[in-house]
Amino acid sequence: MTDIAIGAAGLSKAFGAWKRTMRARGHVDMRLRRGARPATTAPQRTTGLSQLDFRLPVGRICALVGPNGAGKSTLLALAAGLLRPSEGTVSVLGTTPAAARERLAYVAQDKPLHPHLTVAATLRLGRELNPRRWDHAVAERIVAEGELDPDAKIRTLSGGQRTRVALALALGKRPELLLLDEPMADLDPLARHQLTGTLMADAAEHGTTVVMSSHVVAELEGSCDHLLLLGAGRIRLAGPLEDLLAAHRLVTGRAKDSLAPHTVVESRTTGRQLTALIRPEGPTTPGWQATEPTLEELVLAHLRAPDAPALTLDDAQEAAV
Amino acid sequence: MVEYRIDRRSGVATYLQIVQQTKQALRLGLLAPGDKLPTAREVVEATAINPNTVLKAYRELEREGLVEARRGLGTFVRKSLGAAPADSPLRAELTDWAVRAREAGLEHDDVAALFAAVLEEHFKGDEA
Repeated sequence: MTDIAIGAAGLSKAFGAWKRTMRARGHVDMRLRRGARPATTAPQRTTGLSQLDFRLPVGRICALVGPNGAGKSTLLALAAGLLRPSEGTVSVLGTTPAAARERLAYVAQDKPLHPHLTVAATLRLGRELNPRRWDHAVAERIVAEGELDPDAKIRTLSGGQRTRVALALALGKRPELLLLDEPMADLDPLARHQLTGTLMADAAEHGTTVVMSSHVVAELEGSCDHLLLLGAGRIRLAGPLEDLLAAHRLVTGRAKDSLAPHTVVESRTTGRQLTALIRPEGPTTPGWQATEPTLEELVLAHLRAPDAPALTLDDAQEAAV
Repeated sequence: MVEYRIDRRSGVATYLQIVQQTKQALRLGLLAPGDKLPTAREVVEATAINPNTVLKAYRELEREGLVEARRGLGTFVRKSLGAAPADSPLRAELTDWAVRAREAGLEHDDVAALFAAVLEEHFKGDEA
């Protein structure tokens, strides 16, 4: 059996406002049949998730991507055991999120730290709270790389420096699974490169599974080998990045060409030219220019086409052989 | 030891960039048989790329017989490539030629085109 870092089956999370939206949608359907205009509903603040099914194998570096409000933070909080599913299940490292708590680390978007503690005291707290797993050398090195004064109070640090301390705490815990919500958002380019390098080195040495959410796709290209693309609380794309890219083609043809029988994610015509992102079903038309999309092209096309069908590629079975 | 430079905008797959740069270092004599390649950890720490990408590149180099992985020790160069180390007389002659070409008013692209044409003429059919 392949080890699964995160497995979701029918995973749903409804918040108050979300529930209202769902009820309203049921209601809308009935009214549409009678020809009435759909009722508008108030936008919800926290996004729910609806029927997620995916498996993330151990040892992957997974990009969790989606527009604002897609449910990225909700999914990470569910995997970290901070939220309970409304329906379905989420398993983490072969057990429940609560039972795996010691073996995972989660860095929330707002990087909660105690503002009145010093950097050194924060790391000592990490050691006290994780007596069996704590690696003080790792945590100290990450802080030192940022040239942080160990005696500086957390509240005097910049956003980027706080991120560094939060990542030092997370990696010092020697987690098997690292859940990072927008980890690089407030880092300058150098710190971003350094800390991504530190994460990758940790993964290379210990086989740590990393899930990083971001809406800046460019910063994930190159470091991630697995992709979860969420949109409006649902999975749009899930699977090994190489396989997902290989399953798509960016094609250029003539406007009168038919895209059948391929699955079309997005297409547009400019004058006589047709450009489309497709999932080829069989060979593409001779004369078309067809290239494999980049991660950014793949993600952007799916974001522009919210109604394109979802695609989940699961390699867990093959990897088990 | 080599240091890899990854260009994310080049359109060349990252693992291929590592393969190509290793071969380039072998051709220039910057890497010689017995030398150790950096560990995956060292490469990803410096470049922030995915560890599996480095392993894939090293597997490819191993498949081509250029390096070998020794369990627990690292990856080592087995074979050198070409016979034109960085300080060879051929390189010095080429440098002289490049200086003359520039003095003759040729531009970078002219020189590159000329060089590619001569290369094609003399190495036609050889394995790249």
